[in-house]
Amino acid sequence: MKKVLDEGKLILIAIPVLLWTLLPIYHLFVLSISNQESMLAGKLWPDQPTLQNFQIVFKQQHYYLTNFWLQMFNSFFIAVATGLLTLFVATCAAFAIARLRVRGGRTIMNLALATYLIPAAFLAIPMYKAMGSYGLLNTQTALILAMVALASPYAIWVLKQASDKLPKELDEAAIMDGATSLQLFRMVYLPLMKPSMVVIGIYALLLAWNEYLYAFLLLSSEKAVPLAVGLGLFLSADDAPWNLLMAAGLLYAIPPAVIYYGFRKNMVGGLTSGAVKS
Amino acid sequence: MTATTMSAPATISAEMTSGHTRDRALWGALMLMPYILVFAVMVVYPVGYGLWLGLNWQSYRALFADPIFVRTVVNTIIFLFVAVNLKFLLALWLSGFFVQQRAWVRIVLVLFILPWAVPSIPTILSFRVMLNPENGMLNQQLFHWFGIVEGPGWLTDPTLAFASSIMVHIWKSLPFWTLILVTGRLAISQDLYEAASVDGANGWQQFRFITWPSLATLYVTSTMLSMIWTLGDFNSVYLLTGGGPGDLNHVLATLGIRYMRNNNLDLGIASIIVAMPLILPMVFVMVKRLSKGAE
Repeated sequence: MKKVLDEGKLILIAIPVLLWTLLPIYHLFVLSISNQESMLAGKLWPDQPTLQNFQIVFKQQHYYLTNFWLQMFNSFFIAVATGLLTLFVATCAAFAIARLRVRGGRTIMNLALATYLIPAAFLAIPMYKAMGSYGLLNTQTALILAMVALASPYAIWVLKQASDKLPKELDEAAIMDGATSLQLFRMVYLPLMKPSMVVIGIYALLLAWNEYLYAFLLLSSEKAVPLAVGLGLFLSADDAPWNLLMAAGLLYAIPPAVIYYGFRKNMVGGLTSGAVKS
Repeated sequence: MTATTMSAPATISAEMTSGHTRDRALWGALMLMPYILVFAVMVVYPVGYGLWLGLNWQSYRALFADPIFVRTVVNTIIFLFVAVNLKFLLALWLSGFFVQQRAWVRIVLVLFILPWAVPSIPTILSFRVMLNPENGMLNQQLFHWFGIVEGPGWLTDPTLAFASSIMVHIWKSLPFWTLILVTGRLAISQDLYEAASVDGANGWQQFRFITWPSLATLYVTSTMLSMIWTLGDFNSVYLLTGGGPGDLNHVLATLGIRYMRNNNLDLGIASIIVAMPLILPMVFVMVKRLSKGAE
């Protein structure tokens, strides 16, 4: 009897939670398969569901969508470049700090952590001004560099903690065999760190793919911006074709969601894992 | 003869170690270099430049004389207080739901994470269209089911628009913090609960004397982290209402960008510097807390 009661109570919690979570996503999906009339009528389900919006997006047959595929490619390029560069920067730094115990490593670590904690929105204007003086404004290099700077601190933090877990004896044995630091890095460290590196690469990649603020500050030409900014352009008009926006938005949201679910087990809790233990 | 053979390995290994120490120091410095470069170019120089631009005292006077700025500071404090506390009470409660070991609860969890897993742009814009007072789905459905001709101005009434931004913020970040607290709850030994229920402890007593004491540290750490990040939430305000109506709903994270877009860079920089006394102490405490936790 008690068991049934418990189940009922749980279901009573689950229903509002699911409604609240899924409503905007459902709305996104419904608009993407609605024609103009159903959309403006605010229907819960369109009278005649249609895939025409997607067709228009695919063929770029609307003023707002003229660069859809180019912007999709820009998003992809910026995300992959950010992921790879962050991996390079952070893996080297984590190895130097955790395994080579380089002098000042701790200080760098704390500075990086502080950068990570300061909200990115407050660094945006100074970074914009700095990019201006480097002459990099409106280049994708600027955005990639900014995203690497924003992603590396957390990446170093997580990789350093993972490095600390590798047994010291491995290094000692390799050094006994006469391995140099570089050999140690290539032949012992990298192979063992691969799982953590995959997670961090994906973290940086998703961060860059999802970024809006920095992208719209640092880039302005319609041919250079990633899709996030391209979608944001719909904001400039009140009577924008929202159903097209939602169709394009859905296409933009699917890749990160798929990646996220693929690696879900590894994505949460890197930062607070220390706190969970204590 | 014996002496030389005995000492030879010792000298070789001493040489090896000193050679190794040098090699180690060299590579250590070299491999730290990429990050130091990124840090210098993308953090130190911009921050220094920003501070230098912020040396203009006139702009602070202008800033405090701007009613929108004063309103923004009040908004930011309300946003922070309401959003963080509401989010964490919900997360604490929901984490109790999601630790239930049932297959269907696990499926609910997978769906529950969606807001965190999908990018902000499409979902917040979806909210924006849905909440549109005239032809948004919400008000049209209110009309359809309840005959409410003029539904609430979700995005046009200043108070409601502000509440909507807080709601969107919670929608987006609740899953992450709930998951963190779920991890925390899973680390609590099941034996404690069994012993307690043998002793006849009710649900509230179990929470009060087992769950909460084990979770408190994590709860506080997470709340502080979330405070800092909530302070920096640009998207929930900017993408939903643009800080409107009438620039009444800005928070510090969006106000700087607004000043900059109105060609008022000095005020933008000043508004950021003014926020630093609020942010930096929290960052400092968190760095100490987190790097201690990592040892």
